[in-house]
Order: sequence, then structure tokens, then C-alpha cells
Amino acid sequence: MKFLHLVWAALNRRRARTAFTLLSVVAAFLLFGLLESVNSVFAQVGNSIGAAHRLVTVSSGGLMNSLPLGLQNQIRTVPGVQLVTSETFFGGTYQKPKNFISVIAVGPKFWDLHTSLKLSVEARRAFDATQTGAIVGAALARRFHWKVGDQIPIKAMIYPRKGGSYTWMFDIVGIYHASKPLMEQQLFFRWRYLDEARLFGSGTVGWYVEQIADPKEAGRIARAIDALSANSGHETRTQTSSAFAADFYSQYVDFGLIVSAVMGAVFFTLLLLTGNTMAQAVRERTPELAVLKTLGFSNRTVLALVLAESVLLVVLGGAIGLVLAGATVHALQAQMGSELPMMPVGAGIWLRGLAAMVAIGLVVGALPARRGMRLSIVNALAGR
Amino acid sequence: MSALVEIGNLSKVYHRGRQTVEVLHHIDLAVEAGEFVALMGPSGSGKTTLLNLIGGLDSPTDGTITVAGERIDQLGQGALARWRAAHVGFVFQFYNLLPMLSAQRNVELPLLLTKLSGSQRRRNASVALQLVGLADRAAHKPGELSGGQQQRVAIARAIVSDPTLLVCDEPTGDLDRQSAEEVLTLLQRLNREHGKTIVMVTHDPKAASHAGRIIQLDKGTLVPLEQAAA
Repeated sequence: MKFLHLVWAALNRRRARTAFTLLSVVAAFLLFGLLESVNSVFAQVGNSIGAAHRLVTVSSGGLMNSLPLGLQNQIRTVPGVQLVTSETFFGGTYQKPKNFISVIAVGPKFWDLHTSLKLSVEARRAFDATQTGAIVGAALARRFHWKVGDQIPIKAMIYPRKGGSYTWMFDIVGIYHASKPLMEQQLFFRWRYLDEARLFGSGTVGWYVEQIADPKEAGRIARAIDALSANSGHETRTQTSSAFAADFYSQYVDFGLIVSAVMGAVFFTLLLLTGNTMAQAVRERTPELAVLKTLGFSNRTVLALVLAESVLLVVLGGAIGLVLAGATVHALQAQMGSELPMMPVGAGIWLRGLAAMVAIGLVVGALPARRGMRLSIVNALAGR
Repeated sequence: MSALVEIGNLSKVYHRGRQTVEVLHHIDLAVEAGEFVALMGPSGSGKTTLLNLIGGLDSPTDGTITVAGERIDQLGQGALARWRAAHVGFVFQFYNLLPMLSAQRNVELPLLLTKLSGSQRRRNASVALQLVGLADRAAHKPGELSGGQQQRVAIARAIVSDPTLLVCDEPTGDLDRQSAEEVLTLLQRLNREHGKTIVMVTHDPKAASHAGRIIQLDKGTLVPLEQAAA
């Protein structure tokens, strides 16, 4: 610790250069924190569950595989399960292929379970009474200028109708509101309509959502639900809703690979940039290092001072980056709710981040430190 | 007085590419404890090389160097670094202070290698700065001080750990006449009042006149006393 002011003074020698290097480290670790936050959710897919109010049961074969409708009644009997509903991804486009809409066919208890989506009593009643009824989010309605009473054609992504047509007609019977506009972008319609009119897949649903009484019982309940289908042709995997969201997106992207590739490129660039800065900084201070050695600082102490300088620079920037990543994730979660497939920047990410910071600091400091350690006092003082 | 520095049959050879340069040839020299010795001679005569060897900054090709009874020519790099920290204070022509540190922090540098506490280090550095008359400049950085003041800070740094020996390489070479005189008077005081043994390299006969003894070097050998006087 008594050498800390020396390390700090070395970093302060060229403040602009240090600030720019620090900014690049901050940016790299901000990105690291955000990607790791998403990756943590993807990584926990299929893992045991901690505490949760809501669980999602999908086919163990993945989301492309559907589940039998009959399972719903069995799930309802599992102790601790309060409510169960089914959801089936339908997808769809409106008027043009680029106008993609998240369309989901839902079971009868859907609105009881998703109480954060606000719907009037009249709209709920109309939805239950209308076979082709659809409830749309307020933001989505604004986007396409829809209103209650409109009949809209949606082109299905997956399910053709029994006649072979992909165009499904819906009657808008209500508009729901949510706390955030991002959650008002969906269209929900009755699963019964889908099941009676679709060409294939009759009697199946996409996944089940369960509301449970005691969040601490989530792990036990999930195991009990999965045990219902064990050794059957439709084994299930029950998980938290954020893990489900990650599972959903991982159908389309290998997120782990993307994270590895992006972070590999970012850290490689960081190594070159910071390494170059450190080499330049130490080269400029060659006479000062020679003075320290003259005064009796050993080769090892000089090596440690230069390494400490590079590690401090990277740890400082990295810590700021991770704090910013944590604040960003917090803000996004406040905006988008628990469905957002991101984990808080917690101890695990911090530990991995700190390990990366120290490793990068040591790597970028190694060559300049070795140079400082091996410099000849006589030559350095003579300016050779 | 007894010899603090004893040099026997000392030679130093440098290799520059294929060229071999013999800088010092078979030097024998003794510096008594409490002496103030000036090393003089033309450029390339080997003065700084001899000073570097006495200060343990370089190792001889041949011969022995004994300082306060210790054969420093036999020490490895780590041991030599520890020996320098404990026994030698250095003053350079261009001060060689660390520009980002205050005068106080510069003076404290050698004490970082000791077991002294932070407050003790600060106290000792303050005393050293007082001794060179710069107590009121303790918080100033080198860039905020004149050349003469910087050199006095360098002297405070050299004496703060109470070394056995002070080695000074052209300590007035970068100073105006008045500042040079102040620095030389200070060195003389350290020698006379505090008993510091000083070996100083200089080109300047006026600077050398402050020393108790002048040693002449020419082409890597010591010039005999009667020849030097002539």
C-alpha cells in the first residue's frame, strides 16, 4: 500500500491519455456486464429454480414441440399451483411482411394470471364471448390505428387454416394497458379459435404458465410438474419466466457463441490498445524507473510497480463499466419488467469481470514491466 | 581516519558491438571516512564510470571495491540494490526527481524501502528538507521549483536515509553560479557538520575547491599527485 501513491502518480502523469484508455476499458466492461447479464439467463435455462411467483412449463424437446391440452388438468392438481393457463405462439404479420406482431393464443385463465395487463370488465366479457375476439396492447393499437370493433386480417407464421389459407381474421374486442409501452405490443386471442380452425396441431398448446402460492416452493413444484410427464412422449421442463424468455430467444440465436465472439473481439482490441498505452507510458518513464532502481528499488519491486499500474488502470475502468452495466440492467428491468431476459449484475458477473480485469492488466503490463525490470541503470541514466 | 572506500586494481571494460573499450585501468584508491573527494578529469576519462562503481550502480570487470568493509563487487543485483538503499545517497547533474511527486514525496522515496511507518517517513523527510532549507517548499512539485531548489531536494533525498556515502555526479553542472555555490556550501556543511563522506565528480575547478581532496583521472588511470599539482 505504501507504493500506491507512486502507481497513482504514474497514471496521472498524462491525464488525457489515461482518461481515454480508461474510457475504452469502461466501454469494454460495460458491454461485458450487459452481455453477461443476458448470458446468465441463457445459462440458467434448464437449471434448478430459486424463488419465483410464476413458472413456465415447456416441452423438454424445446419450444418447437407442443404439449397436450390434457396436461393442464394434471398440472392444476399439483399442490401449490394456484392457476394454470396455456399459451401458444402464433406470430403473424399485418398487411406487410415487415409488420411483424407477437400474436399469442391463450387459454381461459390467461387474464387472471397476467394481472399486470389491465383490461376492462367489458373487454374481458367480450373476449370470452367472441370466438374470433382479440385483445391488443394499447401501443400496438396506436401503431396500426386499431380500435375496438375493427376486424383485422393477420397472416400466420406457423398455422394455416383448414382450407390452406394463412390469413386469419380477428375482431378487436378490447385494448389492454400495461405499466410500460414495451409490454403493450402483443395481440392475444382465444386458443379455442386457433384449435378449431387450424390445419394441424389440434389438441395441443405451446406451453403452460403456472401461478404458485409460495415462491420458495418453486423448485419443488417445478419438479412435481415435470414428474407428471416423466417417461412419456411429451416430457416437460419447468422454469422461471425469465429463463423461459431466454429459452424462447435461443431458438433463433446461439447467444453463448455471440457473447464469446463479441467479448473475444472487444478484449483483444482492449489488449492491443491498453498494451500500447502502457508500453508508451513506461518507455517515457525509463529515466524515472532508473532513478528508483538507483535508490535501491529491486528489479522485482519495479516489475510489481508497473504491473500494479496496468492492473489498477484496468480494474478501475472495469469496475466503473460494471457499475454502469448494473445501473443499465436495473433501468431496463424497471422499463420492461421481469420478462426481460437479463439478470442483475451480481456477484458471479463481478467475480468473472474482476478475474478478466486482473488477467488483462497483467497481460498488458507484462512486457513493459519486464522492460522496466531489466533496464540498465547506467544506460538509462545516460539516456542510452 | 580509516578507509571507507577501498578500491584495488579496478578495471572496467565495455563492449560496444565488436569494439572493446577499456574505461578504467587498474585503479587503486582509498577514500577515508568523513572525506570530501572531488574526482576531476577530461571528458571520457572514466570519472562517472568510477563513481558508478563506487555507488554500486555498475559492476567492475576486474578488481575489488570494498565499502565500509563490504566487498560490493561480489554482490548480486538484488543484494546490490539493498546495499545501495542502505548505504549510498545519490545526487545527479539533472536532479532526477519524479515530476509527479511533491518535494516531500520525492524525499520520502528511499524511505519506502525501510520499515518506517508513514508518519515517521514524513517526519524524516521534513527534517531532511529543513536541513537543505526547503521546508516551506515541501508541497511543491519539481516543475514549480528552480534548478537550485530541485538540486537541494535531490540532496535531501540523498541524505534522508542517513547513508554512509554520498556520490554526486556533476551536482552543479546544470546550475547558475549562485545556485551552484549554495549547493556546494550545503555539501560542504554535510561533510563538515554531519560527517558525511562525499565523492563528487566535477569538471569545475571552483566546485572541486570545496572538496578536501582532488583526484585527477585521465584515460582511465589516476594521475599521480605531483603530476596533477603541476
